[in-house]
Amino acid sequence: MGAASLYGAGPSAAAPAQPEKPLGLGTPATPEEIAGWDIDVRPDGMGLPPGKGTATQGEAIFLEQCAACHGDFAEGRDRWPVLAGGHGSLKADRPEKTIGSYWESASTVFDYVRRAMPFGNAQSLSNDELYAVTAFLLNMNDVIKDPEFELNQGNFTSIRMPNADGFYDDDRETTERKFWNAEACMKNCKTEVVVTGQAAILDVTPDSKSAPSVD
Amino acid sequence: MSEDNEPQKNTRSRRQFLKSAGLTGALVAAGAKSAWPQASSAEAKPENLPPHVADWSKHLGTGVADRPYGKPSKFEAHVVRRDVEWLTASQQSSVNFTPWHELDGIITPSGLCFERHHGGAPDVSPADHRLMVHGLVDKPLVFSMSDIMRMPRVNRVFFLECAANSGMEWRGPQLNGCQFTHGMIHNVMYTGVPLRTVLNEAGLKPKAKWLLVEGGDASGMNRSLPVEKALDDCLLAFKMNGEALRPEQGYPLRLVVPGWEGNIWVKWIRRIEVGDKPWLAREETSKYTDLLADGRARRFTFVMDAKSVITNPSPQAPLRFKGQNVLTGIAWSGRGAITRVDVTLDGGRNWREARIDGPVFERSVTRFYVDFDWQGEELMIQSRCHDSTGYLQPTKNELRAVRGVNSIYHNNGIQTWLVRSNGETENVEIS
Repeated sequence: MGAASLYGAGPSAAAPAQPEKPLGLGTPATPEEIAGWDIDVRPDGMGLPPGKGTATQGEAIFLEQCAACHGDFAEGRDRWPVLAGGHGSLKADRPEKTIGSYWESASTVFDYVRRAMPFGNAQSLSNDELYAVTAFLLNMNDVIKDPEFELNQGNFTSIRMPNADGFYDDDRETTERKFWNAEACMKNCKTEVVVTGQAAILDVTPDSKSAPSVD
Repeated sequence: MSEDNEPQKNTRSRRQFLKSAGLTGALVAAGAKSAWPQASSAEAKPENLPPHVADWSKHLGTGVADRPYGKPSKFEAHVVRRDVEWLTASQQSSVNFTPWHELDGIITPSGLCFERHHGGAPDVSPADHRLMVHGLVDKPLVFSMSDIMRMPRVNRVFFLECAANSGMEWRGPQLNGCQFTHGMIHNVMYTGVPLRTVLNEAGLKPKAKWLLVEGGDASGMNRSLPVEKALDDCLLAFKMNGEALRPEQGYPLRLVVPGWEGNIWVKWIRRIEVGDKPWLAREETSKYTDLLADGRARRFTFVMDAKSVITNPSPQAPLRFKGQNVLTGIAWSGRGAITRVDVTLDGGRNWREARIDGPVFERSVTRFYVDFDWQGEELMIQSRCHDSTGYLQPTKNELRAVRGVNSIYHNNGIQTWLVRSNGETENVEIS
């Protein structure tokens, strides 16, 4: 077996002697300080601020603040993310993962737009604008059918996403169990070896439509 | 050749090596055709070689005040992070790659550690930085960097691997170079305080099960972190490789989550909210979930499984000499320590155990070598690693059999390089 010796792989990878009592460092966070930074929204509605908006109102905001990258109908421009469409494509050879086809919870739309969008001008939308833009995106994905439906703090958690049941927790330790304690062949493991794929033959500088996406 | 740009001592040993190896001047025509810039290989200048005396042996070099913060030799200017423009729509939400084919040992130089930002790299003043801890705690608190620096600290070496490392290779070989196929990883020594120390100051309530960890950048990067992991081995780090974090690595404070996918190592960390359920943030719903062939997706696939790659030879580092050669590479596992690395030169027909050298830490990059003789035959080289949990690095086809080709993340399949008789090396897949 390997000549590896485990320097520094002690019983606990991180901990020095843990103080029994707090060190008394840090200052109390005031309710005002917390309110200024606490922007997250959870699927059960925790964190939703007061506010309301319709898809029709959201469309006007979207055209002004979002459509330059994401398209007038949230269909995406150039390499910018596609936000609507792709329904039923998750088993396809080239799935299109959008809010409507893939996302598990509507709260994620609100949370993410609130903290990170518009790209380059984050945390600039008012709460009403956030409800309206969220309603518009859900309307473009046929999750909210009526563009005049008012999305608000009270009814937000009634929204159910099409792919809400599409996820399950990491199961590698069972479904990939065979990768543990697999026998490693060392001698005469195969007879013929053929090259089945070559980066140089592929030799693609992939284009904007077929290239993998990192966003 | 480039080795002549190194100090004289090396030039001499190079010559001695060639002589002692009895080589027939067996420099191969390494006309590696690659889309990527290659190492400079300027011709040696005869006036610098024996019996002549080079200028640098006659005139003074630079003084000690010349470079208060040193940089690599100008002859190493090609050793840089590189990006792939078509991967992303913007430079601010993008990635670049660590040049592993030019590195050795296990520590990544700070300036070469790959970057992954979602809202660019902000320049945060440490005087203005604050970390807020609130939610299901006894006492919500705000910490300044001065507070953090007064807590008992530790030093640990860990790899940070992007969940998408090798993600462009799921459908087949695409990018020619381990920098691009395997360069979304770095390995440094962190100095920081255990996350549990900070949580202990605020006092977790009994219902606390998950933390929302959030960055201070314009993407407000947020992830849900299980409390057990937070209390186990996570760190709030303020130094890497002995000095302050680089701005692009989260200066002044980042989260370190040993063995887990890079995305959750939140940089510029500004807030921790303690809750009883996960948040399903964008980065754990839309992104960093793994779509399988049946149309369903795994979520919370936190751990990075055992993986390895041969960094030399590789497409950016072709073989250039016949005779004695050094094959080297790196292996790592998010589940524990690397216990063994096997290498094949003949496409998996036969394997030999590689020599591991240097420290072996848990959840850290480990360096391996095979010293071998090459007479110009075509090689198909692979490495496969074993970790301390008994996990054996799978082939790409074994992974695809379970996952299909659309899971994007967590591709730890065995990499093949084809070394041609002229030393040119290519990213391939084999049967």
